Amino acid sequence: MTEKILLIDDEEDFLAVMSERMKARNMEVSTASSAKEGLEKADSGNYDAVILDLMMPEMDGIETLKRLKEKNPDLEVILLTGHATIKQGVEAMKLGALDLLEKPADINSLTDKIHAAQAKKMLIVEKKNEEMIKKIMATKGW
Amino acid sequence: MSILNQFKPEFWHNSELSTGPFRQMFNYRRIWKIAVLLISLVTLLPLIFITSIDYNFTQKSIDSENLLRTLRIGSNAKRSISFFLSERISALSFVVRTNNLQELSQPENLGIILTNLRDSFNGFVDLGVIDQNGLQINYVGPYPLEGKDYRDQEWFKEIKKKGFYISEVFLGFRNVPHLIIAAKHSLPDGSFYILRAALDTNRFNELLSDFELSGRGDAFLINHAGVIQTPTLYHSQIFEKIPYSVPTYSTHTEIREEKNKAKEDLIICSAFIPDSPYILIIVKKKDDLMKSWRETRFKLIIFLVISISVILLVILGVSTYMVNSMYLLDQRRLSTLHQVEYSNKLASIGRLAAGVAHEINNPLAIINEKAGLIKDIITYTDTGPKNSRIVELIDSVLASVERCGKITKRLLGFARHIDSAIENVQLGNIITEVLGFLHKEAEYRNIAIKINVADNIPEFQSDRGKLQQIFLNIINNAFSAMSDGGCLDIRVWREGESDVVASITDNGCGMSEGDLGKIYEPFYSTKTKTGGTGLGLSITYGLIQELGGKIHVTSRLGAGTTFTITLPLKPANPAKQDS
Repeated sequence: MTEKILLIDDEEDFLAVMSERMKARNMEVSTASSAKEGLEKADSGNYDAVILDLMMPEMDGIETLKRLKEKNPDLEVILLTGHATIKQGVEAMKLGALDLLEKPADINSLTDKIHAAQAKKMLIVEKKNEEMIKKIMATKGW
Repeated sequence: MSILNQFKPEFWHNSELSTGPFRQMFNYRRIWKIAVLLISLVTLLPLIFITSIDYNFTQKSIDSENLLRTLRIGSNAKRSISFFLSERISALSFVVRTNNLQELSQPENLGIILTNLRDSFNGFVDLGVIDQNGLQINYVGPYPLEGKDYRDQEWFKEIKKKGFYISEVFLGFRNVPHLIIAAKHSLPDGSFYILRAALDTNRFNELLSDFELSGRGDAFLINHAGVIQTPTLYHSQIFEKIPYSVPTYSTHTEIREEKNKAKEDLIICSAFIPDSPYILIIVKKKDDLMKSWRETRFKLIIFLVISISVILLVILGVSTYMVNSMYLLDQRRLSTLHQVEYSNKLASIGRLAAGVAHEINNPLAIINEKAGLIKDIITYTDTGPKNSRIVELIDSVLASVERCGKITKRLLGFARHIDSAIENVQLGNIITEVLGFLHKEAEYRNIAIKINVADNIPEFQSDRGKLQQIFLNIINNAFSAMSDGGCLDIRVWREGESDVVASITDNGCGMSEGDLGKIYEPFYSTKTKTGGTGLGLSITYGLIQELGGKIHVTSRLGAGTTFTITLPLKPANPAKQDS
């Protein structure tokens, strides 16, 4: 199964290379070079995971993360950063980020995290489906 | 000098320290001097002033008291002697008037009268009756004086005028000091007769010696010519002239001060005894009189000396204590300033490092990804060149990127912890981290580092940044103390339930005992020439105290130094650490 991921980073070069490498690993990758664009794209597509840079101009990673989670609490977000303080890390975790990785990140550990994100999402979707079925069954009188 | 040095307060030695921003606020030696001087002046001056007034006042009052007392005694003595004489004259007058010449001419009668007089008034030696021609017609007494002719004698001429007579003391032919009193009785026909008695001077002497004469006073009688009439204590013999001037006539008791031949101050009281040839003289030595004053004076001076010494001691003690406290506070202020500056510097370095690391991390990430992409292209697609050499090179690039990443991470890690934060730390890890910064130097200088961390050290709550700073400082010091090829031995063990101990031993140059006592003092450095600030260990000490720990050092000159740091596994006072 291919994972559908969204990369948000202000560095175009990084985005291009990263998306190519992800694609080489059988992933469906969309990219956004700003937080605003990323938020728009996240609205339209059903992504398994969002990989988000913490340090960006205009709107930083923490703020973006907050908005993403407001719109879709089930969306899995992995933060990627050149340098994070403990405070930022704790805040990100509080806001529901799946993980925080430091640049330069190892591609393999990143893909592992994406797999984990997808697995988690699948689990949530399954649970939701189950609940929905139960609900329908209950309402229909089965 | 060494004893004096022990009492010298700390500020004495460094009263004029450096100039510049870290200058002391005051010249402490000067402040101390001014304080001591001013307080001494305002306390001692009034004391000395009052004491000297009291001294003079007491001296004067004792002086006048002495004069007054002598004067009083003189008056009393004068009255007594005058009374003694007039009493006896009156007795004679009474006898001479109540008995006619016939009765008095009979020796039996005169004998009875003498016996009666002796019984009533002591001092009567003999009694004689003299007719108007100066012939003694009757006499009772121890000497054969009957028939003696007094016609030409001075006293006989005098009594004819005055009616009574008191003689000076004289030896006469009896060869015993005595005096004569006589009373005249005039008959209506113009004739007269005289009753004459000799008095023993012993009674006089008793009378004079009865007066209480403190201070070895001497009371005696002289005649108007200054010839001594009664025995004296320590002056000239009887019938000699007194060695002082004879007072001029006065009806009152007079007092004056005079010096004798031995230059001693004397108080001389003189009183003319009325109707007699006598002058009463009382001589007192001033020195003896002032004996009580000398005692008082001694006490006064002792009191003054003791109180001045006590006041001076208190002033010295309090001033020294105050100025030293000021000095110590100022020193603390300076060291705090230094510490603030030092930690500010560290914080700026930290921020700079973080900035640099962050900026490097982004391009590093791109290099990483691009190299990874190249590797991906080779491994995942068939389009690229299949060359194992390229893969090797890419791997080498990736390894270098990883190494670079580690360095920036360490830099960030170090910078991050400059902000105080309590977290779980493992002492062994911190020491390894710190050594990571120094291992290049160790390699260059061929310094062997042995680390021995016990297995039972738990993670504990502490400030990573402060611990890093502490160990970096101490290990840095150890490095600079050692010559190339030295050996650094680091041990960590657990002590009891509550403490973890780290010891850092080098085999460097060591320190002398004198240096050892001062190493935690701010600005004390043996490396001033090589750029040491003298703050490293001072700050280290402060940091360890903040963490609730203890630091101990042992050192032998030429053999090496061991720093032992004891840290609590549980923070002793969390509030203190926040500050």
